Amino acid sequence: MLNRIRQKLEAAFPGAKVQIADTSAGHETHNSSGAHLAVSITYQGFAGKSLLEQHQMVYAVLKEEMKEQVHALKIKTRTE
Amino acid sequence: MNPEMKKIIEEKINSAAVFLFMKGTPEDPQCGFSAQVVSILNDLGIEFDSFDVLSDENLRQAIKEYANWPTIPQLYVNGKFIGGCDIVRELAASGELMELVVK
Repeated sequence: MLNRIRQKLEAAFPGAKVQIADTSAGHETHNSSGAHLAVSITYQGFAGKSLLEQHQMVYAVLKEEMKEQVHALKIKTRTE
Repeated sequence: MNPEMKKIIEEKINSAAVFLFMKGTPEDPQCGFSAQVVSILNDLGIEFDSFDVLSDENLRQAIKEYANWPTIPQLYVNGKFIGGCDIVRELAASGELMELVVK
């Protein structure tokens, strides 16, 4: 799943540097609802957008994953 | 989204200057991310009202659509969607959250 998410993000944000980690360990008590992931994305296209808009852009790419497989996504966005 | 549900959401987010949709209550949060936001607001001395989305599955799904945001918690200031846990933490650290609240 991590690779597929990375591919989707890289396709949606051309030239972006994407780091992704599974941080599910430590959340076993409510893991039934999906994985805990952390992504860090450096993308020039985030320039001029608010933090809220940047995070919404990321969620939009991962819309399907957020419904079922991913319970929580920690997002860190940068422009450079 | 059906207009009834939209009205219910807007009544809630406009019922207090700072409003938090969360899992559980401020005294007994049911998710670490909700707990973090409560803790940040408390640390800054920001008063807020909250609603436990675990008590209403229909509302829980509707607020995701309303804010175009797929996760809980969700923070509103003066009726405007601010973000989830990561954004609240960044805005708190930069001082912007306090600015939004006192505006």
